Amino acid sequence: MIHARGLARSFTTRKGRERTEVKAVAGVDLDVEAGEIVGFLGPNGAGKTTTLRMLTTLLKPTAGTATVAGFDVATQSEQVRRSIGYVSQSGSTLPEALAGEEVVDHGRLYGISKAQATARGQELFQQLDLDGLWTRNPRAMSGGQRRRLDIAMGLVHDPKLIFLDEPTTGLDPQARANLWQHIGALRTDRGATIFLTTHYLDEADALCDRVLVIDHGVIVASDSPEALKQQVSGDLVELVLTDAAALPRAAAALGALAPGSEPEVDGLVVSLRVPQAGRELAGLLRSLDRDGIALEAIEMRRPTLDDVFLNLTGRSLREEAA
Amino acid sequence: MAASIASFARETWIVFWRQLRIALRNPAWVIIGLIQPVLYLSLFGPLLEPMAGILGTDNAYAIFVPGLLVQLGLFGALFAGFGLVAEWRAGVIEAERVTPASRTALLLGRVLRDVVQLLVQGVVLIALGFAFGLRASFGGMLYGLALTLLLGAAAACASNALALVTKSEDVMAPLINSIALPLLLLSGILIPMSVGPQWLETISDFVPTKHVVDAIRAAFAGNFGEPILWGTVWAVVIFVVFVIVGTRTFRKENA
Repeated sequence: MIHARGLARSFTTRKGRERTEVKAVAGVDLDVEAGEIVGFLGPNGAGKTTTLRMLTTLLKPTAGTATVAGFDVATQSEQVRRSIGYVSQSGSTLPEALAGEEVVDHGRLYGISKAQATARGQELFQQLDLDGLWTRNPRAMSGGQRRRLDIAMGLVHDPKLIFLDEPTTGLDPQARANLWQHIGALRTDRGATIFLTTHYLDEADALCDRVLVIDHGVIVASDSPEALKQQVSGDLVELVLTDAAALPRAAAALGALAPGSEPEVDGLVVSLRVPQAGRELAGLLRSLDRDGIALEAIEMRRPTLDDVFLNLTGRSLREEAA
Repeated sequence: MAASIASFARETWIVFWRQLRIALRNPAWVIIGLIQPVLYLSLFGPLLEPMAGILGTDNAYAIFVPGLLVQLGLFGALFAGFGLVAEWRAGVIEAERVTPASRTALLLGRVLRDVVQLLVQGVVLIALGFAFGLRASFGGMLYGLALTLLLGAAAACASNALALVTKSEDVMAPLINSIALPLLLLSGILIPMSVGPQWLETISDFVPTKHVVDAIRAAFAGNFGEPILWGTVWAVVIFVVFVIVGTRTFRKENA
């Protein structure tokens, strides 16, 4: 559905007399197959939106090529536009307009008739839990409703490929979970391919078959969330002791599970990353018990995409988002 | 070719209707736009009446109303871009640009709304002028109105293009004011430049809109001669230039 090779975009910024070239996207290769839900992950300024704007023909690449839905973004932009739905993060409707009319007018710009656009729009309003809001001003809608209205706008011409730019930014947790359901349903109900940018790891985790990580304008990883998390060397095992005297022995027992790495000690807490810790846990508990080491608590944490991100970029995505 | 012209017309029409619907739902701007010429007519017009002789006419309103028409066309349309900034902020422009619709249609649909608004305002102005004592050639008034619409369309194109480039009301407002004010003064909107000193008239000869104002005055007077030719040429040139500038701005950055 999407194939990009060496896709790049640079901007020239002027500072006094000096002209500097800033590479927003420095050569992106990516492939998305039909029916996939792919998350495009990266901190602010990593090149996510610039890449998305090139793939949706809103921005001309300065180098490289991309075909989207079988058409070249540079030379067949009109066909690309006809085949894709794009839901931008800045909204798509005028606050003073009427929701239904905005959807119908938008559909008609794709060449479908007024009657067809109306029927499609009303069907979408129903599917997206917007029934009864046809004649409402977007201004008078909740954030979640407005996002779903934006999605209805992007789907009115029934595209098979849908781009979503930060679809749940600014929504409360309930509205986000609700929107995830709707996004997931786009594939199950209409077989759509979905490409979405996000800087929420839980979103990528919950929605995507595959995650592309972009940093400093290049793709640094592309895999399923599970596989990416396995790249992080193991799960985090944390032992909380009752007695500081047992610390060295507990550290030795834990250290035996991952030869070559030192457990970290912090107060009464001993922790270590252990590959496939689930298999080792029973043995660890038995040996601690044998040694008479009492535990206040034991915790095992599977790696999160945030760990993945930290691993790949040396930065935490959460810090960036905050 | 015929098919693409048909779809271009259709897209322009869709954009135009959407704009008109939204404007009519909030008619405050239309009303404010109408009140301004009414105030000029009723509060400034009477001052001109005794000066008809100095102006070289027996009907001061035949001089005054054409000036107000151009003022309406220029000022009203130059501020049309403000609506576009709001639309851009709401994401509407981006959403429209991602459709296969012609970029020119996205612009012209909006300009058409401004032209229709100007047409209504112009007709009201001329009708009111009649009530105040305007007497002019009917065909001339129609021709003058047509020139006004051309000028207004050009100003609306320019304003929309400026809006898309600056994306900020705060930048646009002072910029437009500093362009429009000297333009209006040097066009002889209120009093013909021929009344003033030679140096001022010479400067004003370089201002295209002055020639358009002169042409509309000549048309009102039923004097279809050289001034009309020059004014018409200028109006057409200004129109074509700014439609091209506006369309290029709407296309820019797009693949």
